[in-house]
Amino acid sequence: MAKIVVDGLEYEVDSDNNLLQECLSQGLDLPYFCWHPCMGSVGACRQCAVKQYRDADDKDGLLVMACMTPASDGAIISIEDEQARDMRERVIESLMISHPHDCPVCEEGGECHLQDMTLMSGHNYRRYDKKKRTHRNQYLGPFINHEMNRCITCYRCVRYYDDYAGGTDLVAQASHHHTYFGRHEEGVLESEFSGNLVEVCPTGVFTDKAFSEHYARKWDLQSAPSVCTGCAVGCNTTPGERYGTLRRIVNRYNSEVNGYFLCDRGRFGFDYVNSDARLTTPVRQVNGVSTAIAESQWQALLEEFTSGEVIGIGSPRASNESNFALRCLVGDSHFYSGMSDSEHGATQLILELARDRAFHSPSIRDIERADAVLVLGEDLTNVAPRIALALRQSVRNKAKELAASCNIPRWQDAAVRELAQHERSPLALLSGYATRLEDVASDSLIDTPAVLANIGHAIAAKLSDKAPAPVALASDYSAAVSRIAEQLAKAQRPLIIAGTCAGDVALIRAAANIARALHASSGQVTDLCLVVPEVNSIGVGLLANKDNLLSAALEKMHSAAVKKVIVLENDLYRRAGHQVVTDALASVEHLLVVDQLPTATTAKAHTLLPTTAFSEHEATYVNYEGRAQLSFQVQRNQSSAMPAWRWFSDRRQGNVEAIVNRCAEEAKDFAKLDDLLPDVKQFVAGMKVPRQSHRYSGRTAMIANLNVHEPKQPVDDESVLAFSMEGIPSMKDATILGAAWAPSWNSNQAISKFQDEVNGELKQGHTGSLLIERTDPNASYFAVDKPAKKGKKGALQVAMAYQIFGSDELSARSHSIQKRMTDAYIGISPEDAEALGLVQGDSVSLNGNGDLATACIRSRIKPGTAAVYCGDNQINAHSIGESLLISKSAARSDDRGISGLIVSDLYEEGY
Amino acid sequence: MYTLIKDTLLSQVRTLWMVFLKIFTKADTVEYPDVQPYMFPRWRGRIILSRDPDGEERCVACNLCAVACPVDCIALQKAETEDGRWYPEFFRINFSRCIMCGFCEEACPTNAIQLTPDFEMAEYARQDMVWEKEDLLIDGTGKYHDYNYYRVAGKQIAGKDKGEALNEAPPVDVRSLLP
Amino acid sequence: MFVLEVGSVLTIGLILAVVIVVAAMLIWVERRLLSFWQERLGPNRVGWFGLLQVVADMIKIFTKEDWIPPFADRFSFVIAPAIIMSVVLLSFAVIPFAPNIGVVDSNVGVLFILAMASLGAYSVMLGGLSSDNKYALLGSLRAAAQMVSYEVFMGISLLGVVALSGSFNLRVIVEAQADGWYVIPQFAGFVIFLIAGIAESHRLPFDIPEAEQEICSGYHTEYSGMKFGMFFVAEYIGLVLVSSLITVLFFGGWLGPSFLPPIIWFAIKSSMFIAFFILLRAAIPRPRYDQLMNYGWLFLLPVSLLNLLVTGAIILSTQ
Repeated sequence: MAKIVVDGLEYEVDSDNNLLQECLSQGLDLPYFCWHPCMGSVGACRQCAVKQYRDADDKDGLLVMACMTPASDGAIISIEDEQARDMRERVIESLMISHPHDCPVCEEGGECHLQDMTLMSGHNYRRYDKKKRTHRNQYLGPFINHEMNRCITCYRCVRYYDDYAGGTDLVAQASHHHTYFGRHEEGVLESEFSGNLVEVCPTGVFTDKAFSEHYARKWDLQSAPSVCTGCAVGCNTTPGERYGTLRRIVNRYNSEVNGYFLCDRGRFGFDYVNSDARLTTPVRQVNGVSTAIAESQWQALLEEFTSGEVIGIGSPRASNESNFALRCLVGDSHFYSGMSDSEHGATQLILELARDRAFHSPSIRDIERADAVLVLGEDLTNVAPRIALALRQSVRNKAKELAASCNIPRWQDAAVRELAQHERSPLALLSGYATRLEDVASDSLIDTPAVLANIGHAIAAKLSDKAPAPVALASDYSAAVSRIAEQLAKAQRPLIIAGTCAGDVALIRAAANIARALHASSGQVTDLCLVVPEVNSIGVGLLANKDNLLSAALEKMHSAAVKKVIVLENDLYRRAGHQVVTDALASVEHLLVVDQLPTATTAKAHTLLPTTAFSEHEATYVNYEGRAQLSFQVQRNQSSAMPAWRWFSDRRQGNVEAIVNRCAEEAKDFAKLDDLLPDVKQFVAGMKVPRQSHRYSGRTAMIANLNVHEPKQPVDDESVLAFSMEGIPSMKDATILGAAWAPSWNSNQAISKFQDEVNGELKQGHTGSLLIERTDPNASYFAVDKPAKKGKKGALQVAMAYQIFGSDELSARSHSIQKRMTDAYIGISPEDAEALGLVQGDSVSLNGNGDLATACIRSRIKPGTAAVYCGDNQINAHSIGESLLISKSAARSDDRGISGLIVSDLYEEGY
Repeated sequence: MYTLIKDTLLSQVRTLWMVFLKIFTKADTVEYPDVQPYMFPRWRGRIILSRDPDGEERCVACNLCAVACPVDCIALQKAETEDGRWYPEFFRINFSRCIMCGFCEEACPTNAIQLTPDFEMAEYARQDMVWEKEDLLIDGTGKYHDYNYYRVAGKQIAGKDKGEALNEAPPVDVRSLLP
Repeated sequence: MFVLEVGSVLTIGLILAVVIVVAAMLIWVERRLLSFWQERLGPNRVGWFGLLQVVADMIKIFTKEDWIPPFADRFSFVIAPAIIMSVVLLSFAVIPFAPNIGVVDSNVGVLFILAMASLGAYSVMLGGLSSDNKYALLGSLRAAAQMVSYEVFMGISLLGVVALSGSFNLRVIVEAQADGWYVIPQFAGFVIFLIAGIAESHRLPFDIPEAEQEICSGYHTEYSGMKFGMFFVAEYIGLVLVSSLITVLFFGGWLGPSFLPPIIWFAIKSSMFIAFFILLRAAIPRPRYDQLMNYGWLFLLPVSLLNLLVTGAIILSTQ
């Protein structure tokens, strides 16, 4: 702690930080551009000039850049000083010299950091009467718009894109005032985190293209705190709604989870909510003829399910409440998680490990702090992208360590990078094919899951004698094994990552063994991050019985042992073999499906009830670490869709609060769920929190074309939020912080006004509650699996592959995501390709069963294995088995092809 | 004493006398509708959307009029043409709410929305006071004849390439080595 | 019975009708006059010169819903406008319009009028209190204070006239002015009576009890329809009453050169004052409430007492 004096007032600050950051932490207004809370200082923009005085007697002082000056004890500075103000005003005047007269047609307008800072620094008149420099724009793909004229060369974009997110294709070009930020040629921005450029860029150079297509100003968006449903990380988001459609998603700060950044799946994958295909009315489907049914009819139909034996199939993409309500309706023993057998098993194993005291589930922030990481089998960039971004930060811990040893403050970004050069903390990747993290990996071993698991066991055995010995391992891995084991053993905060997506529980067991060995040798709780694919995989895993496998349910249906089935927001065709599902559903007497969008399963339903999408209801989800988070309702669904739990419970009684409380009371492990509900007592006089900004426009005109007599604002009995501008806005209290706004801070940079300190927790914020109690004191090592038998001759070993754009069921229905999706592909090594006579982009048929995919020849894949990416359920993953026969096919599989595929190791030759 | 009387009593009497004399002055009243009053050009009456000198819609759907509107009676939605021009997909004014304050006109960066000297807007049905873009958009430039926003703005549109707007240099060749 | 003489049914009927019609017409007259003084035209559309505006107003006011707010005290709410209407009409009983026109020839005419004026205060108080509305309450509070205060100076200012004529009988007072109107010896009394008269009828500029800008409409905020109409018309009748009284007390009533009948002289004189009151409304802004009270008690009271004293002294010294 240090004391500094700012404009005559004394503040207690952290001397490890710079003056700018500490001034912002204290709630002072000081303009800046190039500094970013996550990226440190480079002193590029000269905007945060303040006057610093030697001592109390010094009246002249010296102009310094606050972001480049440490907040050392006893520092005396002035923000308000005339010279400092003048300097800032002149700096912004020169930054604005070439800024075009564009604000009205700029998507950033109204939430523009440049606008805010210009106003704050007092520049208001353009004196420069010479020509403005202009730039040509580039096409940067379906997500991002480029308008280079607006650039003020703060370098934030490339610092984020290249230095922070590890992108390679956005660079600063040319020099002096010609500096250009773009790609070497037009084309899609390759990084999976390119969407953050929209928020990182302080002005409108990079804007949200999808948002621009149905643009609304920030103040016109009705928003509420929400949680991303794209993957199991559960990033916090702020979706914005206008005129009844969801317009965009921006990041919502959560110090523990996503911090300042989202992945592109989360940011652009919401559009399905607005889809015309959405189910809107309860429907009865008999012999392919569907008829809408009235309330009395569907109530009678639902009545059928309250008696007798009913199978309830839950869903990892449905909320806790919906799954719980279904479980209440059908009973514990008839409730199924709705995950495929292997995934269900893996999830249950993960839950078992989550109760073990030896381990700790790291949050994203914890992952960023890890100083040695081992990833076992998971393609994180494509299944839990935000973790991949966090790993890119974790490898920089070495640099920070070096900086500390040289007395360089860690926020001196350029200096720290210069010092570290290519020194990185160890990151070992063991995967079936090359992943997008290879460029920062210290070791990257490519093999089949079984071998990888064995390598894992070998590492565990190196770390602890008690760990079971691995099966004999190829000698070329032994050096890597000892190196990785040594790195993990030396690390202060080692981290092991595995998950369900690689499709082999052996990998999870191996990861657990390594973590346990680390725990045994160091005595510390070890970070073990076990990744699951979907937003509520953990939640539904907790609710479902361990032994209730989907195959058993399908079998019961097929044998007509149970005649009534409810399927909750789940497409069974993605969970089991197509034929098995079709056969099982054919024998069901009454199949009730509730879902948001039509799927192969809804087509088979006898009764089909529409449900609300994530932005249309309040719900809780449990992320990969067991963190339950509350997502508020953003918009109203105008059709007869209801949250799924409402269909299952008596709709006249209860609201979200009631069912959350009931779930907390009745469901094991969910006791802390009701902590998430906001404490109504902290609201003044029962006033709700408005979802709309205080300057929401068009209230008396937006629906005047339908009826000029404005209806009363819709009342929200369910929530502490109101569908109106009235109420107590979240000005200081960040408990329910939708879109951050503070006086003179219209951009997302306003978030610093809501944080305890910069990068700290939100004031009175809620980072979610960790549900699972770790009680199990003495679990033992897992035995090493026997190596699997060799497959058929000529068959390729299957390794499941995923794509950030396409593997998630719902986001794959979004327009902008669809533009980035590729065909289902089979990734094979050049050797295998040659043997099969395939060239890049050839259509191949799988097992000769008519399934088609595109051949994708990758240089970093083990010969004899095939990375199978199923597309948007184009190929049925569950009918492939462990090995695969492929052959060239004349038929084209899909018009998308794989030309848009972005992997690090695409085989160039012959493409 | 005299000043007291002058300031109190006499001033009142003088007031009464002066007001009484007004009985001989001609009334200012214009007997509308028998006589049409002269409307000053800057009268704040019926709102229109104008076109720029090239005949294109001036409105760029920036939403500033909507947000400036104290009674929130303007609603619009931005859309974009192929060549990058922004325009309102719909533009609705609920004149039954409008108070003709003119804030929208002041907020408008492109001189698109203008108030005109027409006040005869009464309708028998309130619903008829909701005007859409088709009703609002006129064919002329309104009060401001020369201003063309896109000639000033840096955004590229058809017929105006990068660097062709007011005070703009031609686009930089990023690959040039010249200083 | 049906001859034109004091107290005959015909006379009474005529007086009642004329007073009410005149009061009603005053609504139009006032609006027209005000507009002339404000360089406008005023109501000129209904009938000739807008004369039928009164009829239109009356139709409107009669056909409005007879509404008593649910929170009001019904009895006093209903009775309040009736009281004011009755007392101002009753006051006309003693006004000598002409030698042969009048209701009664009372020996205590002046006292009767003062008594009626006092009763008028009940109306506004009841109206305001029964409305159960803060503006109405404030209005009636102001009205009560204002009416009670100004009654004092009104009474005292009249005593000079009474002393000079030696009678409370208004007819005697008129006849006593055959040699000269009392406005000359009693100028101070006239001015005070004029001011107090405006205050009593709470006309502008002393309409503090119903000052729209401050307290909505004061004591009759909650009134509508014909009940409001009664307050409204009573105000105009009060205006006619005060004008008649000034004519009678200070300007020789019906007296005048004989080429015109006495009643016409009375009408002309009264009309002048009615017009003057309207001119006051057009020209003079409303004082603050505390200014009004200070003005009354600190200026008008001493002046009126002084006036009485001097009058008495002169009478005594000339006897």
